[in-house]
Amino acid sequence: MANAASRPRARRAPRVIAGLFASALAALSLSMASPAMADEVALDEYDFRIFGIVELADEPIEDVRLVITGNGYEVDVETDAEGRWAVGVPEKGDYDVTLDEDTLPEGIAVIDEEDETPNVREVTVGQSGSTVANFFIGQGERNTTSYLDQVLDRIFNGLNFGLLLALAAIGLSLIFGTTGLSNFAHAELVTFGGLMTLLFGVFLDVPIWLAIPIALVLSAGFGWLNDAALWKPLRKKGVGLIPLMIVSIGLSLAVRYVFQYFIGGGTSQLPGATGSGGSIGFFGLTWIDVGSMALSVVVLVGVAYFLLRTRIGKATRAVSDNPALAAASGIDVDRVIRIVWVMSGALAGLSGILWAYFRPGVSWDMGFQILLLTFAAVTLGGLGTAFGALVGSLVVGMFVEVSTLWIPSDMKYVGALVILIIVLLIRPQGILGRKERIG
Amino acid sequence: MSSSVGAQGAPIKSTGLHIGEPAPGVKKVDPIIVADGITRQFGGLMAVDVEHLEIPRGAITALIGPNGAGKTTLFNLLTGFDKPDSGTWTFDGESISGVPAFRVARKGQVRTFQLTKALGLLTVLDNMKLGAKGQSGESLSRAVFPWFWKKEEEAIEARAMELLARFKLDAKKDDYAASLSGGQRKLLEMARALMSEPTLVMLDEPMAGVNPALTQSLLDHILNLKIEGMTVLFVEHDMHMVRHIADWVVVMAEGKVVAEGDPHEVMANPAVIDAYLGSHHDQDLGDLDTAVVEAIKELADDDADDKQ
Amino acid sequence: MIDWLLLLSNAAQEIISPTTAAYALAALGLAIHFGFTGLLNFGQAGFMALGAYGFAIATLTFGLPVWGAILFGIAASIVFALILGVPTLRLRADYLAIVTIAAAEILRLLLTTNQFEPVTGSANGLQGYKGGFAALNPIPDGQYGFGPWVYNAYDWWVRLFGWTLVVLAALITWRLMKSPWGRVIKGIREDEDAVRALGKNVYFYKMQSLVIGGVFGSLAGMIFILPRAVVPSNYQTSLTFFIYAILLLGGAATVLGPIVGSVIFWVLLSFFSGFVARAVEAGWLPFMSSVQAGQLRFILVGAAIMLIVIYRPQGIFGNKKELAFVK
Repeated sequence: MANAASRPRARRAPRVIAGLFASALAALSLSMASPAMADEVALDEYDFRIFGIVELADEPIEDVRLVITGNGYEVDVETDAEGRWAVGVPEKGDYDVTLDEDTLPEGIAVIDEEDETPNVREVTVGQSGSTVANFFIGQGERNTTSYLDQVLDRIFNGLNFGLLLALAAIGLSLIFGTTGLSNFAHAELVTFGGLMTLLFGVFLDVPIWLAIPIALVLSAGFGWLNDAALWKPLRKKGVGLIPLMIVSIGLSLAVRYVFQYFIGGGTSQLPGATGSGGSIGFFGLTWIDVGSMALSVVVLVGVAYFLLRTRIGKATRAVSDNPALAAASGIDVDRVIRIVWVMSGALAGLSGILWAYFRPGVSWDMGFQILLLTFAAVTLGGLGTAFGALVGSLVVGMFVEVSTLWIPSDMKYVGALVILIIVLLIRPQGILGRKERIG
Repeated sequence: MSSSVGAQGAPIKSTGLHIGEPAPGVKKVDPIIVADGITRQFGGLMAVDVEHLEIPRGAITALIGPNGAGKTTLFNLLTGFDKPDSGTWTFDGESISGVPAFRVARKGQVRTFQLTKALGLLTVLDNMKLGAKGQSGESLSRAVFPWFWKKEEEAIEARAMELLARFKLDAKKDDYAASLSGGQRKLLEMARALMSEPTLVMLDEPMAGVNPALTQSLLDHILNLKIEGMTVLFVEHDMHMVRHIADWVVVMAEGKVVAEGDPHEVMANPAVIDAYLGSHHDQDLGDLDTAVVEAIKELADDDADDKQ
Repeated sequence: MIDWLLLLSNAAQEIISPTTAAYALAALGLAIHFGFTGLLNFGQAGFMALGAYGFAIATLTFGLPVWGAILFGIAASIVFALILGVPTLRLRADYLAIVTIAAAEILRLLLTTNQFEPVTGSANGLQGYKGGFAALNPIPDGQYGFGPWVYNAYDWWVRLFGWTLVVLAALITWRLMKSPWGRVIKGIREDEDAVRALGKNVYFYKMQSLVIGGVFGSLAGMIFILPRAVVPSNYQTSLTFFIYAILLLGGAATVLGPIVGSVIFWVLLSFFSGFVARAVEAGWLPFMSSVQAGQLRFILVGAAIMLIVIYRPQGIFGNKKELAFVK
């Protein structure tokens, strides 16, 4: 929302190209369907619907974009000349309706004193099968910031995002290094941290400074449980690495929907996550952003100290390097792996908590949303190297955030994934990976 | 088999392979491989650093040396499975530096691996058939139409069965290769390599993990390759075997060729003893020492036997 | 009360449904990749999206006839396979996994974004591309069938077309895997270095395998959209995971496995979802809402994937000895 000033220009080029493309093709074809954005979407397809009207002082506003998400479903819609819109949704339940403020006329915004994110509304499709979602629109101030400020703002955001990604990525990388497992269920370790904070901090009303440590301890325990209940027995059974990877995919799917089973498809906020008063007056940063970054750095330094200086940390690196040799030289490989899982669980949990403040919100698939970016970070840095994962995460985080200056935000993950593929082309071993015999 | 064995039960050795005094890099009368200036580093460690090496044609050459001497790395480099930091080499007078592994194999230089690579979930017969070169049924466009390749396939199968019979694996032709014993897999891998009708066979530790009962038959098979006109280059730890069948020995230590020559002379060479004894100082694994001591003992025993 | 007959008849309909055919064909493509060649393709959803969008866009935007639209979709999937394969097929197996999953997501995001809305219809997707296909229908108008399988002429046409493609693809796969080409492919699955040492161009074979399986995936994507609209949210990563579940269920290194796996998967899923939904309505499961009942199926699929891989890795039809997995 901070880049209203520059975004339209950046966006125009692709629009124009797409438009030229489309009109050229229209000339070729008589049967071309008019592909204007619909004001009624998927109504025939699904039985349930959400609808509404966008007006300013009884005057309808046309072409306002709304995104409806929930229950694993996402659709967007634009208002018609009467300001009306309607979408079909696949099932009953909670949905988030987000009004894209960039598509409102200049000087207009969604206003609600009570709500910190007034342009997002949660609605429930209940027994009646349909529900209304309307917004309070008024003359309002959306920040318009200078280009330089936007760049710095994005850089800080990218740093913040990269650091929290690194917490998840290092765990993923250590597990890969010590056990060879590409753990797709790592996403659920991330979500678990956010969920436990939600459970204690919101549902059970524990103060947040206590809820977070509780969540971290439980996350560490969850990591231990993952290993003890599933991966260790499978290792003992001698299951190959590729089957293990597929088991992790099954686990990820099952656990993710278990989460949804209990908390539903909506997004819940952690205490203070959307506080507007927390700004420190420096490039739109809030105290939460600063705290999040500081915490990430402290923890990452701690992990580095652990790996480089402590006995068990050195053992961990030895196991990553060559498990057979490590075992032969008297290192208790099982113990090292157990510690890695506990640590990865806690790190992923912390990453989830910070991610919940960054997005903001806790949802059942929040970890899965960044799973690919985490894998991208680990691969970029070099598979199995903890410090590579850190570098890779910062690159990915920075790229995702800064690229939104030039590319539309709904494509920001595309850039990071494209970078991943390009890096693999030029430097398959990753940024910090050791050159092995490849192919 | 009897043709490979001399009157006293010892194999007939090829001699007169080199020109001039045997020393590292000595010229050969008729080299099949000529390598120059090959180096390969792994993270600062010089794994291979060979100035000049020639492998004699039509003979059995052994490549020996302590653990970590760079034997297998040199093998990988010569066969295109690894890329050197520098160096050129020729096979049959034709430069094959930088040529990918599959093309090297097509030129008639076929190899086996230290850890046997029998294709476990293919039958023994399929393993063999895979070895044959230039099959038209291996092209995607013809694969769907059996009449293009039926005849060829029958001929390949006949040849495969012949080889399997020679290697005493014919009874197992329909078993999965995974069900074979370690020694049988070594035999299968060697037989499969022969399906491609190579001119140079490179064996990486053909004896490793082979049950003693099979050792003699493996040795005979290797000797037979020479009799059939093939050149053999093999990496081995087993000194008895080297002494028994090799016509020429190349000794490597710390990536370099430290000695070359006739097996008996080479093993009396102080540089070789030194290489075996001196190599383990920087190794952490305690069990290396005993392995080295064993090797030296074997050498001494063999020499004692020979003198009797 | 629960209407058992309705539940059973709904489940029975899945046996020949176009969705079952589409998943079977996509799983067959994945069997070529993963089961026979050992390629870890986690982007089958991307290949399906290309088939679906290729067909729809070629029809709507370029105005191509049906055969042209089909060829366009196939061509798109071949290009995608080459883009994925060129950088990764020389690398370790897990790189292909990461790149394919990332590429499929890139594709889905590009199809969802508003930037290309005139062509892709963004999040709302595309419809109105079925006219040409319906016009080719040789079946006269009317209702046909018996028991639970009573459909109109278009629905039968879609089923006939879909299952014909599945049978053809299965025949081709069967022939290929019995040929010397299939022997090389299976050899690569076991140990690509060994195959390389025998003078085979492993990279080239892997590329051929990736292309064939990808083309099957794109044809599957076309079957998938004939009874419904093209919507980008259908092509999420979980689609690929569902196809893996089907493949593992049937047996990864078999020709019939993916097809029977798809039938079993959809029949069971339909019956189970229907049963739980009705049971919740009937008040048998007071602790569960109907939304939660809908999520149960995903939990079940996830658990099934784990259990099959751990306890029966060869699938239902796979030979006990011929485990599909590379060790």
